[in-house]
Parts: sequence; structure tokens; C-alpha cells
Amino acid sequence: MEIKLPANPMTRRWLGLAPSVIIIFVFMVLPILLLAVYSFKPADSYGGVEPGFSLDAWTQLFFDRDLDDTLIFDPVYLQIIWRSIVLAAIGTTLSFLVGFPVAWYIVQQKKETRDILLLLVTIPFWTNLLVRAYSWILILGKNGMIEQPLLALGIIDDSLELMYGNLAISVGLVYSYIPLMILPIYASLEKLDFGLIEAGHDLYADRFTVIRQIVIPLCAPGIVAGCILVFVLSLGDFISPSVLGGGKKMMLSNLIQFQFSSARNWPFGGALTMLLLILVGIGSWFYIKASRKVEAMEK
Amino acid sequence: MASNIGRASSDTNKGKIPWLKLWACIFFVYLYGPIAVLIGFSFNDNRIAQVWTEFSTKWYTKAFSNEAIQNAIINSLIVASVATVASTLFATMAALVLSKGKFRGQNISLGIISLPLLVPEIATAVATLSFFAAINLPLGLSSIIIAHIVFCIPFAFMPIRARLAGMDDTLQEAGRDLYANDIQVLWYVILPQLKPGIFAGAILAFIISIDDFIISLMVAGAGATTLPLYIYGMIRLGVSPEINAVSTVLFLISLTLVGIYWFISKQNEGTSYAH
Amino acid sequence: MPISITKKAGILAVAALFSSTAFASGELNFYNWVDYTPPELIAKFEKETGIKVNVDTYDSNETLLAKLKSGATGYDVAVPSQNFVTIMIEEGMLEKIDVKNMPNYKNVDKRWQNPPWDPTQEYTAPYQMGSTSFSINMDGYDGPGNSLKEFFEPNDSVSGKVQVFRTPDEVIPLALMYLGYEQCNENPKEMKKVQELLLKQKKHVKTYNSETMIANLSSGEVLVSSHWDGYSMKNRTENNVPKLKFVHPKEGIIGWFDSFIVPKGAPNKANAEKFLNFMMDAKNGAEISNFNRYASPLDAKAIADHIDPALGKAPEINIDASVPVHFSQTCSSKSIKLYDRVWTKVLQ
Repeated sequence: MEIKLPANPMTRRWLGLAPSVIIIFVFMVLPILLLAVYSFKPADSYGGVEPGFSLDAWTQLFFDRDLDDTLIFDPVYLQIIWRSIVLAAIGTTLSFLVGFPVAWYIVQQKKETRDILLLLVTIPFWTNLLVRAYSWILILGKNGMIEQPLLALGIIDDSLELMYGNLAISVGLVYSYIPLMILPIYASLEKLDFGLIEAGHDLYADRFTVIRQIVIPLCAPGIVAGCILVFVLSLGDFISPSVLGGGKKMMLSNLIQFQFSSARNWPFGGALTMLLLILVGIGSWFYIKASRKVEAMEK
Repeated sequence: MASNIGRASSDTNKGKIPWLKLWACIFFVYLYGPIAVLIGFSFNDNRIAQVWTEFSTKWYTKAFSNEAIQNAIINSLIVASVATVASTLFATMAALVLSKGKFRGQNISLGIISLPLLVPEIATAVATLSFFAAINLPLGLSSIIIAHIVFCIPFAFMPIRARLAGMDDTLQEAGRDLYANDIQVLWYVILPQLKPGIFAGAILAFIISIDDFIISLMVAGAGATTLPLYIYGMIRLGVSPEINAVSTVLFLISLTLVGIYWFISKQNEGTSYAH
Repeated sequence: MPISITKKAGILAVAALFSSTAFASGELNFYNWVDYTPPELIAKFEKETGIKVNVDTYDSNETLLAKLKSGATGYDVAVPSQNFVTIMIEEGMLEKIDVKNMPNYKNVDKRWQNPPWDPTQEYTAPYQMGSTSFSINMDGYDGPGNSLKEFFEPNDSVSGKVQVFRTPDEVIPLALMYLGYEQCNENPKEMKKVQELLLKQKKHVKTYNSETMIANLSSGEVLVSSHWDGYSMKNRTENNVPKLKFVHPKEGIIGWFDSFIVPKGAPNKANAEKFLNFMMDAKNGAEISNFNRYASPLDAKAIADHIDPALGKAPEINIDASVPVHFSQTCSSKSIKLYDRVWTKVLQ
């Protein structure tokens, strides 16, 4: 090989880092900054932005311009944001309630079984989210897997109307991200000292109390990490509300996407995106703190 | 109690709760049930996707003789291949740099590289769209590829970095003792050891790219429909076994890739040259 | 060795990229509404000319406009409605094409030559025309099926099973007609009433979607839906909803006219022109209507031999003279902004 690397180690470092850092900076950091700038511009009716400065996008978040152009406090968008937060929170809670026992179960198996079970948990995560959401349509929809036998047995007369609502969206969210709840919890549980559990059993007769008083506090960082991960991802999720929600119940991500397609209001889309990023940023900050605690535990 | 730390939990009986196994079983049914339904009904002869009549592979033949689907698959493969090659290359370079010593700007670089993992996809998608529009970059297959490279880099980066961290320096030292220069050490010592990590990173990047939907949705241009976009178009028109067939294929592709990744990761963990 | 695998993959990828551009001289990127392109006609065109046609779809004029505006310049032909053609011409988004001198231009009905939205006929070639309103599955329904009231203030029997288009362009004009207000309305007080009407309607709506009408009406997921005349006809005859009635409301109905356009910067302009000419051929034009079930803008005598006679008699496209027909105009910027704000509020 004839290539000579530059002698200076710093130069070498920058050369190695340059492609990755530059690409991500130019195509991710700059675009986000651009979007922030756009949120302060007037919207072009046909898409895009017009030159100039305008706070319209940000006022639109809170206020509606009424008949005579006065501003009236309008909680409409705040409600969408709130709904997104609530649905994400519900999804997270359900994920925890479903996922924690599973993680607990896995951690108690032999090493080989554990590996296989973990793999099984992870596989759906790597398959296409869209495909998974679609399979829920097959189950929840009219004449779907749930309704057919119930209708046939005469237990119900009419469609349960499971699709297109908060229930369907929640199910979709839980389904999409539950592996991300199980894995961090499992990681915490794995480090657990089971001798403590034995001691707990000597002190508390009841298994559930042991879990409540000993296990959960000890793997709290893992639980917190899992919850925050699932929450943040659910907040930004686009597929569940759009495929399973039927366009009637918008969440933050559909609302954003809508501004860049038929609604043609880029500045408002930019403002909403900034809001989403702020919410996610707050969540991520908590996640990083929790992860540090988990790491500290490992030492 | 120190002697109990790390003791395998399977050694004690105390954590077990009887119905836990049931719960876990129900869970896995919940996890794989919908996929099983999806795959099962792809072989359904009936046009109505959820009413079973008889076994048939006609939806597969119908779907794959469809030129639009063939195009979508080809587009997905092109995008994923190019994005994987580029992102793995860049990620390897970055991982090599970031694994050695401390220097100024190290944390910022690490932060920037990890950024795509933290930003919600919808935000990346609309930001990228606005940016491309602002610089007048025409939307098409190339715009998708660029966007994919961006978020594939951190995914390729992680396994490579993990592998580097676990690697043992003795062989490198031996190389240098034998007067090999840095390029030779890199080529003959480091990279071969790094192989499983690079491969794992590449597979991860490939999977992520093949599965991407939202970002592709926003920045796709004429004739640049990828497989997930095509499936989305079909879903919007209503349920049909054809969608099941195409989705099953996508699922199998992911499954195969995950299997390969898992297998490589096992090697990634195990190998150590220390004796 | 990792490098050789990478190299191989890279070569393959680059080769694939180049091979796809090698077809560029013989390609056409066609952007059309969902379910609006007769596949056999595309195959016929490909066979006759050797040009490979890629079809992408959109669900509304608004989506088309947004996509073109955001830089999707790879499309060669698209199909906007008349009021959006005006917007695109004004915004300089269209290529000038010599439609007047195309051989098949003579097949176009004189009434539709040099139309108000393209008086010099240098931007558009006609595609299909029809009306927009809503359809009711009359099976088990006890209303008369003749008024917009049944859409905006639906009966209890269909409450919760109503589908409305996702974009305002073909919903707000109907609402304005129902309330007796002017079209292209700039009056905030009146638009506020429109908003209230739509919000009241929302309680009965199951989904806002411009693509799944046929699937949802056929499965019974919805019983009343925004619809277009020809598509509703298809829904009735080909998709097993025999009692589907396309309502011609006494308050008025929306008329539309879709045309081919070539976006500015289209990479295959010559192929696009061949495509437009092909579509104005009498036999092909008739085929378009036979597939879509809409009225053809081509001269009736020219297509008489090829058009399906059932089309002429179908109740959907024969509108009684007493029903007012409103062709959507391109409204002022102020009006568009008002419509958009009302709609975003309704949809959230």
C-alpha cells in the first residue's frame, strides 16, 4: 500500500472523522436549524416560505385569529400535543406492565434459553413498523381476527369499531416499542444480586412485596431508561396514528407531516417540530442521566 | 453478600412466580401473533384478507409480476446498498479515530455522530425536505440515499465501536515492534480483527435503510418509490392479501438479516486474541 | 476480506445506478391520482413507443401542489384539476407544450378547447371531467338522498359511519353552497359558520380520507362518503355496493375538469408530449372513460364507437338541469388562507 497517512495525529483524526461529522452536520444539524428559522417566516400559500419575518407560526400554536383578527386563546394544538403526550404515556405504562414480568421471566432462565428468548424479543423490532401496524389492521379491523369469531358465535351483533381510535393507536404503540422496554429492564435485572431476594423472602413472606420493595427499586435505572426510551419514541411515532388512527385523531407527528403536505404551512410545521424536539430533548436528558446511573451500578 | 453478586438467578428458586411462565407465553403470542396472521393470510385464496378459504400462493405471483413492486424492491435495494457501503465506511473511519486516546472535540464528534439516534424520524424527515428544497436539490433516488446515509452512520458505528473497545492491543504492539508502519498495522492487524464488527455494522445499517419509511416518504421523488412506501400506498387503498404477500417478503428479508447479525454478534463477543 | 466485499457491493450499486439512468432517454414519470390510470393503456403506450412509464400517485390536488412545490422535479406529467391549473400557471410551475398542434387535438370536444383556465391551450391537455358530491349506501337508509343536509348533518342511522375527503378543496365549496354563502369566500364571519358546520359534522365522521372510499363503502366501514361521480359508479357496479347512490344535491354540486400538465423542468418533455397525444386519441380517450367511469372531454362523435354505452345512461353522470353546478375557481390568497385555517382546525 502506497498511501501515506499524514504524520500529524490530529490531522489524521480530523480526516477520519470528517466524512461522518460533516455529513451529519450538513444534512441533519443545518436542516434542523433551517427549520427553526423557517418557523419565524410567513408561509407561502402554495408551499414553502416567503421572505420576511413573522411570528404567525408560533402564535398559531396558542391563538386563533378571530373574525376581526384579534387573537383568541385557542387550545386546539395544545390539545393535540397533550393527546400525543398522554397516548405516549399510556403506551409507556402499558409497555412497562407487560414488559417487566417478561424481562423477569427471561432473567430466570438458563443462559442459552435467555439468549434465544432475547433474540425472539428483538426480532420484531427489526421488522418494518409499517408491516407490523398493518397486521394490526387485520386483527382489529372490521371482519378482522377479533370480530369474526365473536360475530360468528353471536356474542356481538355489530362491529366493535376497534379501529380508528385511541385504543388502536395505543395498541400499535405498545406493540412497536415494547422490545425497547424489555431490553434495558433485562440489563438491570441481570446485574441483580439474587441473594438479596432470598434475604427478602426471609423478611417478607409475600413474593409481590419482595418485588415491590426490593427488585423494583434496585433496577429502577433500567426501568427508567426503558420508559423514557419508549416514551420518546412513541411521542415521535408517525405510523401508528396515521395507519391505525384513521386521520381523525391526529398526533403531533401527523400534524407535522400534514403541514408539509396538503396543508402547505411550512413555518407552522417548523414550529411544531421545534416543540417536538424540545419535548424529546427533555426526555433524552432524563434518559442520559438514568443511563449514567445504570452504568454506575455496573461498576 | 458479596459472593452472591452475579450469581445466576437460575440458581435460586426464590424469584419464581408460577404464572410468570404463562405471562411470558401470552406475551410471545402477542408479539408474534399479528405477524403469524399476516403471513398466514398471505396464503389465503380469498380476496378478502381475513376470511380464509383455501391455501394458495397466487398473491405472491400476482404481487411479484407487478412491475411497480419490482421497481420498488430494486429501489430499496439500491438505496440500502449504497447507503450501507457509504455509512459503514465513514463509521469505520470515525470509530477508529474515536477509539484512541483523548483529544479535543472528541465528545462533540461523538455527540454529532449519535445525533440521528436521538432526533425523531418525523423531525429529520421534514427538516431534510426543507433543506433539500432550500438548496434546490431535486427529489429522487439520490435524495433518499443521502438522507439514509445520515441516519445509517450511527447504526453502523455502534457495533464497530463496541468491537474496537473489546479488542486487544497486543497484536498491534507486536506489529509496531516489527517495524510495521501505521498503515500496515491498520490493514494487516486492526481491520481483520475488526471484520465482525464492520460486518455487524453493515447489516444493521442495511436493515435500518430497508425499513425506513417516514424519511423516504418525505424526500422521495419521481420513480423513487421504495418497498415500504409502496406498501404504504397499498395500505391506504384498503386491506388486500397482496399487501400480506409483499409484507411477508419484507419481513423475511429482515428476519434473515437479523439472523446473520445475531450470528456475527456472537462472534463479535467471543473472539479475543489474548492468551 | 471486508474491503473486497465492500468493493463488490459498491461496484454493483454504482452499476445499478447507472443502468437506471441509461433508460432515461426512454422513460416517463407519470404522477396521477390514486386509481385513476388505466393499466392496460399504460401497457399499450409502452408497447407502441418503447418508453418505460413509472406511475406514482397522490390523493388530492393539495398534495400534488405541495409535492411539486417542495422540489419533486422528476415528474414529467401530472393531472391537476382546473382551479389548480390556474395556480400552477401563475406560479410559473408549468412547461409550455404545443398542445394545439398535436395530431389528436382535433378529437377534443370544441366546448373544452381553449378552456378558461388555459385559454391559449399551451399548458394543458384534457383528461377527464366529472362532479363531486357524496354517496349514500341506500340499503337500509330512510332518507331521500337529495340534499347536502344528509352529508353535513347526517341521520342517526349513519352517524359514526361517514367518510369525508382529507382536503378542503372539495368539501368547503359544498359547505358554502349548503349555507348559501358565496364561493371563494373571504368573509371571516361566514367562514366561521362553515367551521362550526364542519365541526358539528365531525362528530359523525369516522375518517378523513380521500383514497379509501371504495374499500370502506364496500366493507360497510362507512355508509356515507365524499365521492366523485365516476368513482362512485365504479364502487356501485364493480365493488358490490348495488344500492350506492351518488347524490345530486338540490343545493348544488361541484364540477371539475382534470387536465394533463407537464411540470417545469420535466426530464422527459418529448416523451411527455407523445404521452399527451396518445391520450387524446379517440380509442384511448374512450378507454380512459371506460376505466374511470367519468365523462370524456373528447368529441362525442369521435369516441362513439369505443365508449361503453352503459356510461351514457348511468345515473351518476346525468345531472338534472335543476341542480346548480359550480366549477371551482382559483380563489384569492386571502380566501385560501381562510379555508386552510378553518380546515386545519376541523381536522385536528
